Amino acid sequence: MAQQVFKRPESLKDNVFHYCPGCGHSIIHRLLAEVIDELGIREKTVGVPPAGCAVLAYNYLDVDMGEAPHGRAIAVATGIKRCRPDLVVFTYQGDGDLAAIGTAETVHAANRGECLTVIFVNNGVYGMTGGQMAPTTLPGQKTTTTPGGRMALRDGHPLDLSRMLALAAGSVYIERTAVTSPKHIIKTKKAIRKAFKVQMDGQGFALVEILSACPTNWKETPIEACKRVEQVVATQYPLGILKDATHEPTADNP
Amino acid sequence: MNKQLMRGSHVIAEAATRAGCRFYAGYPITPQNELPEYMSARFADLPDATFIQAESELAAINMVMGASMTGVRAMTSSSSPGISLKQEGISYMAGMELPAVVANIMRGGPGLGNIAPTQQDYFQATRGGGHGGYRTIVLAPCSGQELVTLTMKAFDLADTYRMPVILLGDGLMGQMMEPVSFPDPIDPADLPKKEWVLSGARGRDSRLIASLQLDPVKMEERNWKLVRKYDTISQHETDFESYLLDDAQLVIVAFGTAARIAKGAVNRVRGEGLPAGLFRPITLWPFPANPLRSLAASIKQILVFEMNTGQMIEDVKMSVGDISPVHFHGRPGGVIPTPVEVAEVITGLMR
Ligand code: SF4
Repeated sequence: MAQQVFKRPESLKDNVFHYCPGCGHSIIHRLLAEVIDELGIREKTVGVPPAGCAVLAYNYLDVDMGEAPHGRAIAVATGIKRCRPDLVVFTYQGDGDLAAIGTAETVHAANRGECLTVIFVNNGVYGMTGGQMAPTTLPGQKTTTTPGGRMALRDGHPLDLSRMLALAAGSVYIERTAVTSPKHIIKTKKAIRKAFKVQMDGQGFALVEILSACPTNWKETPIEACKRVEQVVATQYPLGILKDATHEPTADNP
Repeated sequence: MNKQLMRGSHVIAEAATRAGCRFYAGYPITPQNELPEYMSARFADLPDATFIQAESELAAINMVMGASMTGVRAMTSSSSPGISLKQEGISYMAGMELPAVVANIMRGGPGLGNIAPTQQDYFQATRGGGHGGYRTIVLAPCSGQELVTLTMKAFDLADTYRMPVILLGDGLMGQMMEPVSFPDPIDPADLPKKEWVLSGARGRDSRLIASLQLDPVKMEERNWKLVRKYDTISQHETDFESYLLDDAQLVIVAFGTAARIAKGAVNRVRGEGLPAGLFRPITLWPFPANPLRSLAASIKQILVFEMNTGQMIEDVKMSVGDISPVHFHGRPGGVIPTPVEVAEVITGLMR
């Protein structure tokens, strides 16, 4: 009899992703669903999706979800988590959402040490609106609002918000990963899992920044785009742990 | 019931707590800072309550949105410029049909304006304020005791109709101290259970609370659904106070602080034998249009008096049409007119 070795996670709805071929969102959604399943928290998880390509994340993730205005996901999540500390609350945000219009909410939630899990997808452009410059866009990178390439002195420098967040006293765990190869995907899943565990142990603010490709707006094939993430984007935003202040829970320091 | 002397901002905070409010997020702005200050101390004693001083008005209203998604009675407060910033969240909550109470202790504007009491946000409050063509219920208290009843009622209305409710006061009302008494506190556990909240998909399908609807036909239906709700509210929830209207020939229409001044003016001219009366809308939206229209048929003229340059007058004119002439007296910018000044206007019209 055939043995089933691969199946759809319970936390992932049976819907076809609307994301473009080669887009990181589909992979990250699946990883999220797998982690939620493995931790056995599907029935007490609440997600807050962003404005952007992943605005419809609730069509795929089979957990309770509440919408947030652009950039405000962490504030909405804060309200949910403070009222129901027994729930596991995550946000799912892009770079424009988290690091431009939502900068203040992000920084202050980290500083307050809000017990939340933040999935931060960095693809260097505003995907859904058609590929405009994002705070994370690399110097020289062509976007629809930097047709000649991003000029740092005119358009601003690439913003590494995760590094800033690592400085916040309330942040506990911040790691940057990628979803461009099986090796990186496995690492990303581990990081997501840890970011949920940090919340479940009540330790504080946890964020995983995931470098992801947007082949459509980069005007590259999926393979070229993945290569670009690893060879170019990751030099500006180096992968690895940016902060790990987690501790093994003990009786007097849970 | 014991009366205690309390400042308006504190009254709102205490009444909210007694209404079962267990989440407050806000940002400092004059003239309503005493409200979050009181809340921070009051909630510190309640293990199930959360107070957050947010990093911005935007964050505050969005925290309230999240709290509301869990079913907790939640509120925020601010003053005019801060309320402008909150409009994004209020629009989303209208779209998502989430209850919340938002107190606006109005000050002078536009822009940074000043911190003196005005009624310059009537349009903003009664027309929805943010984008997308929605409504919020707007309650306009005019005394300390009414701050108690209307604050508590605001939470009931918000839950009943699943929408943001605006408590529209002004700097004078927020600062003024008056004797008030409170009903016994409501235990949040005794409130009707909300079936739509985000609580984790245990033993049921996962839930979604969202305003996004990409299909125009479905979006249209959602908009009409909101309109049907607004129609129900208009039919059932209008509220107003009548004062000396039985024999009145001139009726002054005023709300909030202006109505108190107007009452003084009515008493004055009555002393001179002039039959004036006061019609005070308590709900600004829905506006008590029908009772005002009925009244207009039996009187000679209407004087609208506002602490702005003329905003509610549009609703008054829409209500009475050509039935009665409508005059206006207003002072914007935080100037507080006296009853003597308003009495002079009435006298001028009636003689
Ligand atoms: S536009 Fe970019 S981010 Fe959006 S779905 Fe397509 S590839 Fe993904």
